[in-house]
Amino acid sequence: MWTFLHKLASPPHFFSYAKGLIPWFAWPGYALLIYGSFAGLFLAPMDYQQKDAYRIIYLHVPAAYLSMMAYVIMAVAGGIGLIWRMKLAHAVAASAAPIGASFTFLALATGSIWGRPMWGTWWEWGDPRLMSELILLFLYIGYMALRGAIDDTAKADKASAVLALVGAVNIPVIHFSVEWWSSLHQGPTLVRAGGPAMDTSMLYPLLAMILGATLVFVSLLLRRVRSEVLQREQRTRWVKALVLSPKGGR
Amino acid sequence: MKARQQRMLAVGLAVLGLAIAAALTLRAFRDNMMFFVSVSEVVAGDYPHERKFRVGGLVVDGSVQRADGSLDVHFLVTDMRCEIPVTYTGVLPDLFREGQGVVAHGIMQQDVFVADEVLAKHDENYMAPEVAESMAQHVEENTAALRENGAECTS
Repeated sequence: MWTFLHKLASPPHFFSYAKGLIPWFAWPGYALLIYGSFAGLFLAPMDYQQKDAYRIIYLHVPAAYLSMMAYVIMAVAGGIGLIWRMKLAHAVAASAAPIGASFTFLALATGSIWGRPMWGTWWEWGDPRLMSELILLFLYIGYMALRGAIDDTAKADKASAVLALVGAVNIPVIHFSVEWWSSLHQGPTLVRAGGPAMDTSMLYPLLAMILGATLVFVSLLLRRVRSEVLQREQRTRWVKALVLSPKGGR
Repeated sequence: MKARQQRMLAVGLAVLGLAIAAALTLRAFRDNMMFFVSVSEVVAGDYPHERKFRVGGLVVDGSVQRADGSLDVHFLVTDMRCEIPVTYTGVLPDLFREGQGVVAHGIMQQDVFVADEVLAKHDENYMAPEVAESMAQHVEENTAALRENGAECTS
């Protein structure tokens, strides 16, 4: 068991099997995104209140969910890296940050575009949901800046893992912000007692978008971790052998 | 204890300590974290005096009055227990209508909330127009029941 896990986490092994895994995540992911976009934009009925404007949730909800998911992965990987001194875990954490930051930005941007016609405002300072999501974006930016500021990879890994773990406090705050405090943002539609408060004709495309975006996220993460591993291990023998091999590492 | 277990304990305790610290801080700032206060709190006098704040509630059915030739609008906001009158001059968001959740920003002046901004608060329900129509009846009954069962407004 442990030897198997050790083997899985060894950089050269990961580098080779991750390559084979990527298409298994990417293609179903893109297929689900295509189905979800089409069904969400054309097949799902319009909302009784928001008319067609609600359709931005097909982008907003997956982006917001993945913005938090990527952070959880980053923090957990950072913690594993700290405790078990696992090189691969730090590479995963480092790779998750830019993807998570992109999803956070997308969630904030789509929310703002939706908020203008629906709430009547682009942005409200002081709203707990909006503020905690903005703090998440700053955490990602701070995390990447901290990594960039420390030249020594081992030190950068440790310092940024601590930052990621400290910032993890924000994740439950984002999720429960609409329940603990009064907020302009509506309560949860999908994860609530009594099941999703949404017609199934609208719900299935949304679930397809969430699952599709998650699969694409995993494929992007694997891609990034592979190149991160290659860069970190550039002085090792296996990378040199890989580069000198007839296929040149491809 | 092995070095790895020590690290595990250190990380675990640090995260736990941080979570408790964060929870205590957020509890202490509870009132400041609220985006708006409820109508009942306003009626009970539990709101920031001499300062602008936000109040949230539902627009009372049949209470919206628009003045001819201007953007002035008057309406009542309720939380199913208490009601307060609101006046506002300006453009209202698309979702604004009777029965809709709103968040108004402004100041209390002699028992009237003078708003300088009115935002619509959307709920978590998504449904097709046909479904909404058949459910509207249901919702009206529920609202009526809520009002009857609801506690008296105490100021």
